[in-house]
Amino acid sequence: MKTQVSRRSALVRLGAAIAGVLTLPVARRAKAAVQNFFVSSGAPKGYDPTEHKWLMCVDATKCIGCGLCAEACKKENGVPEGPYFRTWIERYIITKPKPGSVETRGETLVDSPDGGMHGFPECPVPTDQIEQSFFVPKLCNLCEHPPCVQVCPVGATFKAPDGTVLIDKNYCIGCAFCLQACPYGARFLSPVTHTAEKCTLCYHRITRGLKPACVEICPAEARIFGDLKNLAADDPLQKFYENNRTEVLKPYLGTAPRVLYAGLDEEVR
Amino acid sequence: MTTGLTNAVAEAIPTFQGYVYPNEATSHPVWSVLIVVYPYITGLVAGAFIMASLVRVFKVKALEPVYRFSLLTALAFLLCAPLPLLFHLGHPERCFEIMMTPHLTSPMAVFGFVYAWYLMAVLLLELWFDYRRDLAVWSRTATGFRGILYRLLTVGVMDVSEPAVKLDAKMAQILSIVGIPSAFLLHGYVGFIFGSIKANPWWGNPLMPIIFILSAMSSGIALCVFNYLVLTWIRRREVDMRCLDTMAMFLFYALLVDAAVETLDWLHRAFAAEEGFQVMQVMIREKLFYTLNVGQAVIGTLLPFLMLGSLQLLRRRVPELARRRMIFTSAFMILIGVLAMRWNVVMGGQLFSKTLRGVMSYKFEFTGGEGWLMGLFLIILPFIILTVLVKLFLSERLHASEPAAQGGGAV
Repeated sequence: MKTQVSRRSALVRLGAAIAGVLTLPVARRAKAAVQNFFVSSGAPKGYDPTEHKWLMCVDATKCIGCGLCAEACKKENGVPEGPYFRTWIERYIITKPKPGSVETRGETLVDSPDGGMHGFPECPVPTDQIEQSFFVPKLCNLCEHPPCVQVCPVGATFKAPDGTVLIDKNYCIGCAFCLQACPYGARFLSPVTHTAEKCTLCYHRITRGLKPACVEICPAEARIFGDLKNLAADDPLQKFYENNRTEVLKPYLGTAPRVLYAGLDEEVR
Repeated sequence: MTTGLTNAVAEAIPTFQGYVYPNEATSHPVWSVLIVVYPYITGLVAGAFIMASLVRVFKVKALEPVYRFSLLTALAFLLCAPLPLLFHLGHPERCFEIMMTPHLTSPMAVFGFVYAWYLMAVLLLELWFDYRRDLAVWSRTATGFRGILYRLLTVGVMDVSEPAVKLDAKMAQILSIVGIPSAFLLHGYVGFIFGSIKANPWWGNPLMPIIFILSAMSSGIALCVFNYLVLTWIRRREVDMRCLDTMAMFLFYALLVDAAVETLDWLHRAFAAEEGFQVMQVMIREKLFYTLNVGQAVIGTLLPFLMLGSLQLLRRRVPELARRRMIFTSAFMILIGVLAMRWNVVMGGQLFSKTLRGVMSYKFEFTGGEGWLMGLFLIILPFIILTVLVKLFLSERLHASEPAAQGGGAV
């Protein structure tokens, strides 16, 4: 008798588990629909976030530091003047080690004047003393486990099913906890709206089939952007991660960024 | 034109050394002086409550004269605890979203609930049960505004029979027992707000909640000592030396444990010397030299530790007046030291860049919504509220008019 009951309950549990698994996609859709309805994301009406998975890749070896991306971003998204950036470029200058020292490299100088928006000033180190010099474009790292989302007290910032991390500015209370939690300095408090702001991958553009402004304008094709759920036959995205060994920034923090870099250096944080 | 202007402004603020992320290059820290005041006040609440619990839960009879006073202190500071948070929000009018649509993985959201629980379910209820009999008695004699207030606060329960009073005491004790973990939770959560930030090596630390709780205990007891001595001085009363010595003893042990754990934390940081330790050294040597080494370590810990420690050893040989002065000075120093500690935590975490390549030196406003003046006001405000509470609920006249005054409110 006892075994019968336990068998029945086991079956019930198994059934429930299967039913639960089956409802998952539905639940995900429902969540997306709710977000679509309640959240002001800038996406057009027919856009279904579960049908896409956006990914950004950066080939740092190609970046020429022209700063057009940072400028285009400011213009496209109406980012306020001053130290507020959704994307920016860092210049790394690694000097040669001092003669006689047993180091492999000398000092590392990093700068990003005005986010690199207007290019960079002349190199402060004579050319013959430079061991390596390169540019690294930065933006929101689209973390799979975003610490900014984790700490938001009201859930104004959230991870959309399409892989973007967005902020509802009509909901954000401006506590700046997310700014503190972001390891990449990708967020700022807008002096205009008094809410947190960050890169949205130009959500208003990508949801209409366009590329983000920074990708569109990059003359060196250092930024590669695409949709993992709708890859074209010769998608540059696929080519990028097939041909490169990729890295992410600060991997030890467990944030699992979805901005993949090629050609980084240990000095890049 | 605008770009030129922006550059000019950026150059006019010589605030950075090394490389900081462009978004970090603002002229003010993201979390200002107000966020220094916030954990300070919350800590004082938790500490003062623990102090009161020593009487109720641990039956430390010597501390009975300050029982009610500590509870009222906790209440006065608790009422002010969310204010700095509120004032610093970009959209204070949306603050209720924290409670209405909370995001439960956020330490800040859960703090709202812990705060509400602690205020409504613990502190106010315990005070009510403790005061219920007195309120019933006072409401019969008091007139005018006081009479109305006392009558309102009785909520119509005028029963002062022995079983009723016994029930009150029992309820207050249960609440006090519930209150200890609640107070720990309240302030532990404040510590967790900082400790949970893994992006920041100065903050992200599992010991942070514990350090916050321990420093809260020493600062809260120090506040009770400070307030008690000031109140007796204002009222020209004799200081109950047994009570004061006992408070000093608990203060000493709280400080001892606090200092031990904080030292352990620093030893670990120095020994592990993980990424970011270099920039931390800059903080200790330059940016936070005065507040950390002088304020927190020497004034806030070492000197009071020596004074209170020597009193533990030589209590009987030190004359009363000297003892009083030493305890008062120690308490005051601990209050300053814990404020410095809050500064070091909150500002320390924001004075270096997450690139770990640069440091910032912010210009702090004096006036303005998040300036020094506001911070000072928010520290003084609870004392003003406490004065009103003492006038209303610890007035000597109340007890004088009552033939069978209880020991509970003897300050």
